[in-house]
Amino acid sequence: MSETVKLYKSNQPLLMQGNEACGWGALAAGCRFFAGYPITPSTEIAELLARNLPRVGGYFIQMEDEIASIAAIIGASVAGSKSMTATSGPGYSLMQENLGYAYMAEVPIVVVNVQRGGPSTGLPTKVSQADTMQAKWGTHGDYYPIVLAPSSVKECFDMTIKAFNMAEQYRVPVTVLTDEVLGHMREIVILPEPSAVKVLNRPRPVDPPEWYKHFEITPDYLSPMASFGEGYRFHLTGLTHDESGFPTAKPNEIKAKLDKLKLKITRHREQITEIRSDMMEDAHIMVFAYGSTARAARQAIRMARKKRFKVGMVQPYTIWPFPDDKIAPLLENVDTVVVPELNQGQIIGEIERLSRRHVKVVPLQRYDGELITPSQIVDVIKEEHA
Amino acid sequence: MTEKKQTFDRYEIRLSGSGGQGLVLGGVILAEALGVYEGKNVTQTQSYGPEARGGASRSDVVVSDGEIYYPKATELDLLLCLTQESCDQYYPSLKEGGLLVVDSDKVRQVPSPKAFSLPFIRIAREKVGTPVVANVVSISAVAGITGICSKDSILKAVLARAPRGTEEKNRLACELGYEMGAAAERGVHV
Repeated sequence: MSETVKLYKSNQPLLMQGNEACGWGALAAGCRFFAGYPITPSTEIAELLARNLPRVGGYFIQMEDEIASIAAIIGASVAGSKSMTATSGPGYSLMQENLGYAYMAEVPIVVVNVQRGGPSTGLPTKVSQADTMQAKWGTHGDYYPIVLAPSSVKECFDMTIKAFNMAEQYRVPVTVLTDEVLGHMREIVILPEPSAVKVLNRPRPVDPPEWYKHFEITPDYLSPMASFGEGYRFHLTGLTHDESGFPTAKPNEIKAKLDKLKLKITRHREQITEIRSDMMEDAHIMVFAYGSTARAARQAIRMARKKRFKVGMVQPYTIWPFPDDKIAPLLENVDTVVVPELNQGQIIGEIERLSRRHVKVVPLQRYDGELITPSQIVDVIKEEHA
Repeated sequence: MTEKKQTFDRYEIRLSGSGGQGLVLGGVILAEALGVYEGKNVTQTQSYGPEARGGASRSDVVVSDGEIYYPKATELDLLLCLTQESCDQYYPSLKEGGLLVVDSDKVRQVPSPKAFSLPFIRIAREKVGTPVVANVVSISAVAGITGICSKDSILKAVLARAPRGTEEKNRLACELGYEMGAAAERGVHV
């Protein structure tokens, strides 16, 4: 990073909130534009960026609502600025229409959704993981989102950076899906110098402006991206379009566009997806957990191991695209998968799909506004072991 | 009070009371004292309602020398209560042998004879001149009772978070709280 401005105290222990870590991660990744509308439990992200974006020559705008917020960050990104917004369920719902526009127009943006209880205004100060499927299917049409799920304050920092890198690389909106517990939790973190952070930028056109096609179908399906105002002329629309960006009704061009949206993600699934597995070598039971629930699971498997239960844990850091290729082989060695989540059953469907009924899949669902406890998970493990 | 450094696998503290008593900030300061100034691993979480004041409020601090997996407190080693309601609600979560610390004016029905019952809010009002620092008095007393962190660390953490112009009041609140806690632990009545 070129700035001489000191963003945060690096290389020393700090007590930091998950939301603050998202904000610092965004700045370290090169975010220079934030538009948002405050909502519990995400507001600390906006507060931090309102204070610090001007220090690095960036812009912060509080918009009239979430619809305008996402519209503003799409515009800023098209003009060449790395852009982000942060919200919670009610705001994420309002953003869905323009999120669809960003998928279609292939605009790199980052949205942080700090989940709270729903539906509707639900539980402003209580934790939930009930937007898991919304993050995949929230807007209409076929599209392939990237959604990351951190489980610690440090991971909030790292994954916000990763979200920007992937948004830029794949020209796609990326959602960082955290929750009230993670967003408000404070932990001791040691952050790297901003200059030590790996930052990726969108591929830039090498062709002269007269040959430029904003949606060129390349062998890896990733198109270089010029910014508005640089002399490269292109058309942006939510209508299905050809490589130059103009609306098309030709079946071959329609199919090519939709294939591009799909293949630019699925062809890179291996690089995009990330999981962590713990104590799976000899495990008969797998606990599959993500986000703050993974914190309960990590303690639970240690408690269960003390009782000599052969249990391990798999945590997806990428929930969409679902890491099929990394999880399927691990399912072959277990008899049972326990899936704790803070909703009435969302990610469990993916495990059921992958297990093809060869593995027993056991739900543990809590949706009363409280975090699942390790002993709740241990109780299920005990029952399944018996 | 123990001077030697204690080591913990997992030590769980809950600060509870009503919204507006500054307990979330109290938890943050205590966590900072333990994590930044004593070099422990620490997580701080909170639970509160949508109201700015009133309603139940709690702040959990988990301390460990190792990695902390589950960030919330479930089996409490220490419970601080600044209202009767929070004492009634959370006392059952206190571990056997865990420490109960209550405000002696606010908690009149103390569920355990072994509780430390101390006048945090009154000391804040009468000796520092404002009830606003009752959170600092109480977390400093928690440090004094348990010896979980040094007086120096808690004072540094308090001053690092004190708004400009309030440093002296906060320093006094911290010292009064710490001494009160340490004396109570030695069995001296204050």
